[in-house]
Amino acid sequence: MFQILTPSGALNQESPLEVEMIRRLYRAMVFARTYDRKGTALQKQGRLATYAPFEGQEAAQVGSAAALDPDDWMAATYRDGAAMWMQGYPLELLLAGRTGDERGGSPPVHVPVLPPSITVGGHMVHAVGLGWAAKLRGESRIAITYFGDGATSEGDFHEAMNFAAVFSVPCVFFCQNNGWAISLPREEQTRSETIAQKAIAYGMPGVQIDGNDLLAVYQTTKEAIERARGGEGPTLIEAVTYRLGPHTTADDPGRYRAEGLTEEWRRRDPLERVRLFLSEREVWSQSWQQQIEKEAAEEVDLAIERAEGMSPLGPGEIFDAMFESLPPHLARQRAEATQQ
Amino acid sequence: MAELTYREAVAWGIAQEMRRDPNLVMLGEDIAAAGGVFKTTVGLLDEFGPERVRDTPISEQAIVGAAMGAAMTGIPVIAEIMFSDFLAVCWDMIANEIAKSRYMTDGQVSFPLVIRTANGGGVRFGAQHSQSVENWAMMIPGLKVVAPSTPIDVIGLMAASIRDPDPVVFFEHKSLMATKAEIPDGEIIDQLGQARIVRDGSDVTIAALALMVPRALEAAAALEADGISAEVIDLRSLVPLDTNTLLESVQKTGRFFTVEENPRLCGWGAELASIVSEESFWALDGPVIRITTPHIPLPAAAALEDMALPSVDRIYETIVKSFDAR
Repeated sequence: MFQILTPSGALNQESPLEVEMIRRLYRAMVFARTYDRKGTALQKQGRLATYAPFEGQEAAQVGSAAALDPDDWMAATYRDGAAMWMQGYPLELLLAGRTGDERGGSPPVHVPVLPPSITVGGHMVHAVGLGWAAKLRGESRIAITYFGDGATSEGDFHEAMNFAAVFSVPCVFFCQNNGWAISLPREEQTRSETIAQKAIAYGMPGVQIDGNDLLAVYQTTKEAIERARGGEGPTLIEAVTYRLGPHTTADDPGRYRAEGLTEEWRRRDPLERVRLFLSEREVWSQSWQQQIEKEAAEEVDLAIERAEGMSPLGPGEIFDAMFESLPPHLARQRAEATQQ
Repeated sequence: MAELTYREAVAWGIAQEMRRDPNLVMLGEDIAAAGGVFKTTVGLLDEFGPERVRDTPISEQAIVGAAMGAAMTGIPVIAEIMFSDFLAVCWDMIANEIAKSRYMTDGQVSFPLVIRTANGGGVRFGAQHSQSVENWAMMIPGLKVVAPSTPIDVIGLMAASIRDPDPVVFFEHKSLMATKAEIPDGEIIDQLGQARIVRDGSDVTIAALALMVPRALEAAAALEADGISAEVIDLRSLVPLDTNTLLESVQKTGRFFTVEENPRLCGWGAELASIVSEESFWALDGPVIRITTPHIPLPAAAALEDMALPSVDRIYETIVKSFDAR
């Protein structure tokens, strides 16, 4: 498994990033973790509907998204808030979506990120379409799609991978193998030894990497993006990571997985190894840590305030969002629904 | 003027729009060199090239899913699903993704997307290649549903569907492919959501769609000989539905019949019957009667398929009987 930064913060090979950039991405991971923990807390307070935490997957999301150009397309899932935020999706809209507000699915038009996919797998095919569109237009942008190990058992995965290879679209398939699909462990998901090897069947490169290693994630994704941008077609990346939390706030992993396993993965925390790396180079301090945690908390609080400050959507707006213009049968139903 | 078959009208309509809009692309199985299994895309590859007329692997979910992704970026796309029965293979993408995504982006994203498909029976293709599934599409909020019955309507409604910023499921009828009509010169563009009165009448209103339109017309001619004047309405689009034309006709005739190829339960005519009962109850002189395929899989055997689909005789007899029953 490809790794650059070991859990103890040592380099296996030269870093693809300057120390200052690593420091910035560490800060982004701290932001992501702060947001993620807030998400769970808000759900417990009844302020969000179901929330799907990504704790443990920060390096996979931040490291891969950091390799993108600002106009590259992203089609991700409900567990990919960090990657989406990195590519410009406003935090308050991620949160608004979780309150049941459809405006959460409507980022500013310059943000090249689809709303989080709630169904499992369909968005992989959309990413192929995004990449195909870029190719048709002669643009240099690529599309990246995020999904979990469970999604690779969906027919959509097969169709998307096959289509992407046949159409030779600029698309990066980024699988966060986090070990669990709700309660089903990775080894019960597929008998393939790795998920990366599935790429062979589609005629594209597949790489398995340490998904908790920010640098391996960044470098591998960067290479896949460059291949895509260079017209060489799609790549599958399997980032091996771990879902430290539950599937969602509606789930209790204590029913199906041993606590010891999770503890073992905590020792491979994606933030900690970067902290050790930075500390070794004397660009990390306790006071800086406190400062960025405070900044993160403030930014997330502001996002919550904005999300909760949005005026509630009325029933009429459901009808108005369905078609470009309201067909007669809906005009009448709209009038009935909005009468009270 | 050119005389075109219904199948030629499909390619004609697509070509008209591809010439107008250089961004318009299409994808599907065997649509390029083969010209489509129903020969509805003959000539498009030669004129527009393989980038714009794109053969795909046998991957219905990817065909409509990739079409959706591209359409979201503003590229107008025509996706072909070879047989409408196969819509079931990609129903997740159509019903859960394409139909919902404008709403789930709070109206931000348009879907200049047409899903074309060969629908209906009469060609002995059996239970999995003959279904009339326009009612499947009709019952999903967020889709528009079109089903032309003539070559001219194929062209005009194709143009309207392609230019529409919302997803349209466009049903081409297999048994109408060889029907012919004179096509006027110049661009043809129609409008979605407008039914057409294809025969004026004063005693009964018959609403029909696609293959059932010529059958309803033939039955109407027979009824005329019996002194029953039938008005025949070609619905042309189920969503949006032209209820005004329908209700005005019922106001005039007082009797309403649907002729539906889809299986009976929850066929589109049930919705029309409901609308007519709710809106025009006091204008009715008799019960609303639906003439449909029974709620069975469509048989492949010729005699059985003919028995299952509403025939001219069955339409005629059902209407005559309803008068006798008074």
